[in-house]
Amino acid sequence: MSEAPLSEAPVVELIDVQKWYGAFHVLKDVNLSVRKGEKVVVCGPSGSGKSTMIRCVNRLEEHQGGRIVVGGIELADDLKAIEAIRKDVGMVFQSFNLFPHLTVLENLTLAPLWVKHIPKAEAEDLAMQLLKRVRIPDQAKKYPGQLSGGQQQRVAIARALAMKPSIMLFDEPTSALDPEMVKEVLDVMIELAGEGMTMICVTHEMGFARAVADTMVFMAEGRVIETAPPQQFFSDPKSERTRQFLGQIIGH
Amino acid sequence: MIKPEDDIHNALAAADVEEPSQAVAPANSVWKPLSWAKSNLFDSVPNALLTLLALLLLWETVPPLLSWGLFNATWSVADGTAAACRDGTGACWALMGEKNRLMLFGVYPYDQHWRPLLATAIVIAMLATSALRRFWLPALGYAWLGAVVVVAWLMWGGFLGLTYVETAQWGGLPLTLGLALLGIVLAFPLSIVLALGRRSNLPAIKAICTGYIELVRGVPLVSVLFMASVMFPLFLPEGVTIDKLLRALAGMTLFTAAYLAEAVRGGLQAIPRGQEEAADALGLSYWRKMRLIVLPQALRLVIPPIVNQFISCFKDTSLVTIVGLYDLLAATKAALADPEWRPFFVEGYVAAALVYWCFCFFMSRYSQWLERELATGTRR
Repeated sequence: MSEAPLSEAPVVELIDVQKWYGAFHVLKDVNLSVRKGEKVVVCGPSGSGKSTMIRCVNRLEEHQGGRIVVGGIELADDLKAIEAIRKDVGMVFQSFNLFPHLTVLENLTLAPLWVKHIPKAEAEDLAMQLLKRVRIPDQAKKYPGQLSGGQQQRVAIARALAMKPSIMLFDEPTSALDPEMVKEVLDVMIELAGEGMTMICVTHEMGFARAVADTMVFMAEGRVIETAPPQQFFSDPKSERTRQFLGQIIGH
Repeated sequence: MIKPEDDIHNALAAADVEEPSQAVAPANSVWKPLSWAKSNLFDSVPNALLTLLALLLLWETVPPLLSWGLFNATWSVADGTAAACRDGTGACWALMGEKNRLMLFGVYPYDQHWRPLLATAIVIAMLATSALRRFWLPALGYAWLGAVVVVAWLMWGGFLGLTYVETAQWGGLPLTLGLALLGIVLAFPLSIVLALGRRSNLPAIKAICTGYIELVRGVPLVSVLFMASVMFPLFLPEGVTIDKLLRALAGMTLFTAAYLAEAVRGGLQAIPRGQEEAADALGLSYWRKMRLIVLPQALRLVIPPIVNQFISCFKDTSLVTIVGLYDLLAATKAALADPEWRPFFVEGYVAAALVYWCFCFFMSRYSQWLERELATGTRR
């Protein structure tokens, strides 16, 4: 849990968000409010809509009802608004999604060069700093396919950070990793949390959640079932559904 | 006339071919022809029968072909008539010596043949240069720009001391090469736009691109060329004419683009959704996402079908003869119209086929090299 005081104004706000895939109602009245510097960890059984929710925040998925406001800009069909939000919101995917035809360094400099139009030398300096931060500066000239899963995910985090976002979204960042590589990625994320980054993180890593979360969110069947600070969430969950879920993933 | 030294040379060359490359690599690295033949050619009764059948077929076809094409062939004639060829029993390659200029340059004014020759040489030299990765520099673009201007000046003339030659007189290899090259260069970007359009979320754009591709793919190239050449001028106002060559080029381009678009679309579909999502999440606009992330990967995947289409386009240029243009094949046919040499049409077509084959084989090999050269994404 971070000790820094949190400001009150929300930087991400979901109000009664609804989403359907065809006839299937995947998000039902989802409400979420994230303040600057807050770390929110979202958990829940598979199919509960947690990934869909986080993907709505940067409009990888479109919501059909309710409102989503990010950094004071409401997400609607306005392409300019969407691009502005995406510039300020970094995302890390379960399957890394690095660009395989570009080197690690090029993966990191691509968006700063083409979206922010900063000079190449500056972009490369920043990229090298970030690679040092995720502890793989020696891999800069390699291609993603030459790295291990853990290294690839750390590159993906660095790539998102290269845009200097004020909010980071993590969509099950360690789910596709071999067990021995989970820690190296979580360490980078814990470090990032310690630096005051606003984070929304979908994960099943409850140890990580205990270490960094300010707020725990539990989702099931497309609804937010419970929102609570971690001590209360883990020791005394209000909902039976939450208790059952925690029992399943922590019990053994 | 048969040159004895050629005989020996060819016999030696034939002997060279017999020597197989290291087919099996035994531990002691000694090559044993007998054991190799036993284990690969005669290891079972059906296999032995097939081997014998293949040998019989080779015995029946190769020696007659060699004696016709090489040993008994007539390579040159002294008097400019086909008399020596009519007396001989082999191929009449002397035809090439007598008719090569007509075959290569068609009805381009005879005393100006150095112009298409030089133009073709420039284009081939530029193609060879562009093929090498170390020349993939911005300067290459300017070099091509300069080459295009010089080639256009050589072919058309009309200023700086060269007499004007209208496109109706162009022919032979320069025409084939020019049509194919321009067709490919123009069709490729168009095909990318069509493929992207067919995958677009905007219904109108998707409908237009899909309709275009399906319409063009549904008709033969001959009819597209015919429409471009015969029907299209009917819709033009009185007095307005568009160059025949340009109309044929437009037809070729539009036709090739439709096929290429489908090859490109195949590549686009093979790119995982996550690549686009990652580009979106970074805030890249649609066109940057396509140019920097999706197309470089998609096009690399579909190099084989794309080059397939290029080869197809190169050979399809021979169809422009139906709208009255003299490409390499039509020029060859015209060269064979001379009654003196008409009996030797086979040699003429073999020679033309060889020219087509050289270009197509180069494209095919080059595409294989390019695939390996660009395979960074899968490099481990």
